[in-house]
Amino acid sequence: MVGIKSYGVYIPYNRLSRAEIHNTWQTMPFPMKGERTVANFDEDSLTIAVAAGIDCLTGLERKEVDGLFACSTTFPYREKLASATMAMALDLRSDIRTADFSNSLRCATIGLSSALDALAAGAAKTVLLTSSDCRLGAPGSEFEQSVGDGGAAFLLAKEDLIAEVEDRYTITDEFCGMWRSHEDTFIRMWEDRMVHDEGYSRIMEEAIIRAVKKAARSLDSFAKIVYDPPADNRRHAMLARKLGISKEQLQEPFFEQIGHTGTAMASMMLVAALEQAKAGDRLLFASYGNGVDVFILKVTNGIAKVRNNGTFARQLNTKRMIYNYPTYLRWRNIVSMEKSRRPDLPPTSLSNLRRNAKILLSLYGVKCKKCGTPQYSQAGLISSYVMPQRVCVECGTKDQFDDYPFYDKKGTVCTYTQDKLAASLDPPLTVTIIDFEGGGRAAFEMTDRDPAEVKVGMPVELTFRKLFFDRGIHNYYWKTKPIRS
Amino acid sequence: MSGSIKDRVAIVGMGCTRFGELWNKSASDLVVEAAYEAFEDAGVEPKDIQAGWVGASYDVSAKTGMGLTAPLRLQGVPVTRVENACATGIDAFRNACYAVAAGIYDLVLALGVEKIKDMGFSGLGVGYYPGVSNTQPMLTAPGAFAILATRYFEKYGLSYEEGKRAIGAISVKSHANGSLNPKAHFQNKITLEQVINAPIIAEPLGLYDCCGVSDGAAAAIITRADMARNFRSDPVYVKALQICVSADYGRISTKYDYTHIPETYLAGQRAYEEAGIKNPREEISMAEVHDCFSITELVTMEDLQFSPRGRAREDIESGFFNLDGGLPVQPDGGLKCFGHPVGASGIRMLYEMYLQLQGRAGKRQIKNPRLGLTHSLGGQPGGCTISVCIVGLK
Repeated sequence: MVGIKSYGVYIPYNRLSRAEIHNTWQTMPFPMKGERTVANFDEDSLTIAVAAGIDCLTGLERKEVDGLFACSTTFPYREKLASATMAMALDLRSDIRTADFSNSLRCATIGLSSALDALAAGAAKTVLLTSSDCRLGAPGSEFEQSVGDGGAAFLLAKEDLIAEVEDRYTITDEFCGMWRSHEDTFIRMWEDRMVHDEGYSRIMEEAIIRAVKKAARSLDSFAKIVYDPPADNRRHAMLARKLGISKEQLQEPFFEQIGHTGTAMASMMLVAALEQAKAGDRLLFASYGNGVDVFILKVTNGIAKVRNNGTFARQLNTKRMIYNYPTYLRWRNIVSMEKSRRPDLPPTSLSNLRRNAKILLSLYGVKCKKCGTPQYSQAGLISSYVMPQRVCVECGTKDQFDDYPFYDKKGTVCTYTQDKLAASLDPPLTVTIIDFEGGGRAAFEMTDRDPAEVKVGMPVELTFRKLFFDRGIHNYYWKTKPIRS
Repeated sequence: MSGSIKDRVAIVGMGCTRFGELWNKSASDLVVEAAYEAFEDAGVEPKDIQAGWVGASYDVSAKTGMGLTAPLRLQGVPVTRVENACATGIDAFRNACYAVAAGIYDLVLALGVEKIKDMGFSGLGVGYYPGVSNTQPMLTAPGAFAILATRYFEKYGLSYEEGKRAIGAISVKSHANGSLNPKAHFQNKITLEQVINAPIIAEPLGLYDCCGVSDGAAAAIITRADMARNFRSDPVYVKALQICVSADYGRISTKYDYTHIPETYLAGQRAYEEAGIKNPREEISMAEVHDCFSITELVTMEDLQFSPRGRAREDIESGFFNLDGGLPVQPDGGLKCFGHPVGASGIRMLYEMYLQLQGRAGKRQIKNPRLGLTHSLGGQPGGCTISVCIVGLK
């Protein structure tokens, strides 16, 4: 039997009130209800997927993961594998399958099917599947209010499962209802009634009915029915009424707190459903996008032992409302601000990044075999190098080190500043000197923080972020953030 | 250590341009003005100079010694370009002194120059580094030193307001001194309230906690001690020259606490030993230290053993470091007011010690100084290069 061994989710800390957007443009008679999640300026689909992956791998051995399937319609590069970068940030082995699934809001379940096939065929014992999206609605559009940013992850395996996949059903459906071409920054859509009624509602209904019939079950035998809404969230409940799904059975899409997270939508809802599930529950899980994938899951006794239990609710409820709508425009580079009067960045050296990938992307330092001191070798706050550690900073021994990961270590703030002169998309630039539990020190920018809460001695954890996009290169590294409880 | 520079070489001529935002001067103007003032002061001709050391942190010379030879048209003279961040000027001077002490040359020129204000933005810019990962926090120089203040206030239990007042008093003192100096970048007096109410640059440092960023040049002519009186009756002798370079230790080791600069302590201690000084607070007459930011000057007072650990604030607030205090610091206004053209600053500090020792400091004159100390810090807390130089009359 194949299925889900563990789940993870990432709900961005930053939220934007839909009324803020509405009040700026007044393009609709009234705003949509609630708020939406907004990826911070240093987040994208890749960092969100990494965050969900880290959550999913809580307490698990990362070196046992045999594959990473990453699913998104908004990965940073058209030609360059996101899952290869993610495998470094997640500290996975190099002899694994990495694959990006894209070009459909259903790509997460397409990836899920492929992962289940690989497991069933014996090609892998565990596959980490991530889904994430940061889609853009044009300023003033309904999409701008209705979409949200977020991600989910599942570790798929053959043993120690929390939910078994009992049956699957899929249909494909050619339809240019919603799309984004190589020329588009923003999502495009054909007339909404046609797209939702003919595209979504009819196909989703048909797929669910056929899947349930194929499994020789009835809809009322499911504890939870999880399917993603279309662009218009109201169609989600309309379909439930048509199919006779009860309120208790229907997994809500968190539209008023998160928004439509694209590829990740159905998966995030499944995480929320698993968080409430009991052993023996049956779940129906379906995702739409040029067709529908349907999965029938049976929750096992393993559900009681989930390591990161409560992660969805915890992340949903820890948040900050961003200052205003222009902040969102600035973070997404929808308006270009005057360039900061600071020195231009020198070109990022790709040979340097490749040579130091384990230091930079996997945040590995070393531990001296002789004196036992963990050390992470950054060489400068203003100057801009990392350097491999060859000589022990404490005892002077040369080349006698064990690799030592820092990404999973918590730390405390040794000292910090709020730099108002420095260029930042979320000023002031908060810079922290961190002392790691167990030893080692490094300097990092702090993100997802309220400047007023930063204190000497404050506990922090590390988060993988995008530093900037410059001359065609997305540069990723680690930052600190306050620990949210 | 086997050797000492004490009383082996002497300064017989110095020059220093006005520092400031010199929009209408090029680096070569500054080199010519500082060097010719020094030639005149020493009573020598450019052709008498046997070798040169030019310090510049930004490029003024295609990275060669031509930064000195080209503006002065010193065809064929051996010149070394020295770069060691804010310790650049004193390191150029140090290498010049060593060459003379080694007996290779009799008369040499050390000159520091910087033309910063052509960059198009305030503050210091980093240079062009090939091959960078660009992963460091994009911190500014004020930010890199502000972390010292955050931790110092925390360790010694100073409230934000108490800390701001302590470092603020440093800037008030330096502006008072700068107002007496016609070559200083800033010549205005300020009040403690102005310092405290100024806009924050990098918390807790405000505008007046930050030094000027300036263009300028300064020069020194050095000869053998036994020849010095051939040039003038009041040569100034070098008593100690120390450079202490960090192994980036504080950035990597949690043993460093960000409330002081251990490299300054080491450089100072070695310089005191070289000069035969037992009690720096009593024996040093005056000092020009690296006050890139007010907090840097505060911790330097402790690292140079002028004040006990954690107690520089008392000396600052009692006026001990004022021009009429027990140990005047920054008599010329310091980096804060004289300005900070990076590669020139160390030799500018020497220029003030030189004038004071010779009784030529005008309104800023300190009574009967015997020994003057200069201190420069290149880099940032956690990883830096320190220079300490002590000079005095024979």
